[in-house]
Amino acid sequence: MKRTFADLHLRTNGTDPTQTKKLLDKVFELGYTIVATSFSPQAKPEEIRQLRAACSEVGLDFVSRVDLRPHSQNDLLEMLRRLRRRFEVICVSCESKDVARQAAKDHRVDLLSFPFLDARHRFFDRAEAELASCGNAGFEVDVKPLLVLDGPTRVRFLSSLRREVAVALEFHLPVVVSSGVSEPILLRKPRETAALAGLFGLAGEAALDAVSTNPSELVMRNRGKLSAGFVAPGIRVVKQGENL
Amino acid sequence: MKRQKRRYLALRLDVESAPGDRDFLDAVWSSVTRLVGEVGASLAGLALVRYDIEGKTAILRVNLVAVDNVRAAVAAMTVLGGKAAAVHVVAVSGTIKALLEGLKS
Repeated sequence: MKRTFADLHLRTNGTDPTQTKKLLDKVFELGYTIVATSFSPQAKPEEIRQLRAACSEVGLDFVSRVDLRPHSQNDLLEMLRRLRRRFEVICVSCESKDVARQAAKDHRVDLLSFPFLDARHRFFDRAEAELASCGNAGFEVDVKPLLVLDGPTRVRFLSSLRREVAVALEFHLPVVVSSGVSEPILLRKPRETAALAGLFGLAGEAALDAVSTNPSELVMRNRGKLSAGFVAPGIRVVKQGENL
Repeated sequence: MKRQKRRYLALRLDVESAPGDRDFLDAVWSSVTRLVGEVGASLAGLALVRYDIEGKTAILRVNLVAVDNVRAAVAAMTVLGGKAAAVHVVAVSGTIKALLEGLKS
């Protein structure tokens, strides 16, 4: 069966529609079908509508995504309460251990990401993975740092990623590999992104799943939950009848 | 000695002006060496089979065991001839004939 490729982390500049159009054209040309761009929690519905229209014009399936950078657990819970029904994908950038733990166990969080430069702030360990395996969260890796970093910084980054991906696989967490780029020249084809994923321990089918099956399933699951007929996991309204 | 199995990669250069063939191959070697080290690069058996500077296309020959590493190294290239660039793998095949036929179709 033909794979559907997804890039769940594009960074677009809302104030520059020309650049956004170029980026979306390139994404389509490279073979992606599903694309998500990250919005701030303050994003207006109008901005999301405009980008959705731009994507559908190009032929891409648009997914709304919000990136949260909470300072505390309470901050995260408040953001999740406010934003879960507004966005199809919620990614939490875990900048403290408390936030990372809360995000991992909260069923409303879809993706966990960690700051790439500071190894001390990468809290993805076995405890984090165990919590995430009970929730819904996947582990997101952006390939942009692999393209822009060089030398020892890239070596350290690869080393952290290899360790974290091994932990994620051990706990059967879905790994999602995204681009994380804002310039068209840094975009890569899905199979090239998968090849880059091979550098940190995702080989063959697992790497391809990380750019196709895992992100697609996440999006479909969330769309199902956000649809009007959703009642609870496994239960949805198929048809409404009249009370007799 | 058993003959090495090889693969041919058709590449498309996404850059304003493509560099000369020697500069391009140096850039590929450099990326492979940075990514997989000198030992890894020595296993790649890299060779530039064809290079079209105007059409911005190239065909690389690599050893089968190193295809994934070379693919990653090519994807990791961001500069060619001092300009921002991307190199995309368009097709992979075991023979040049099949590669060219695949590209035509």
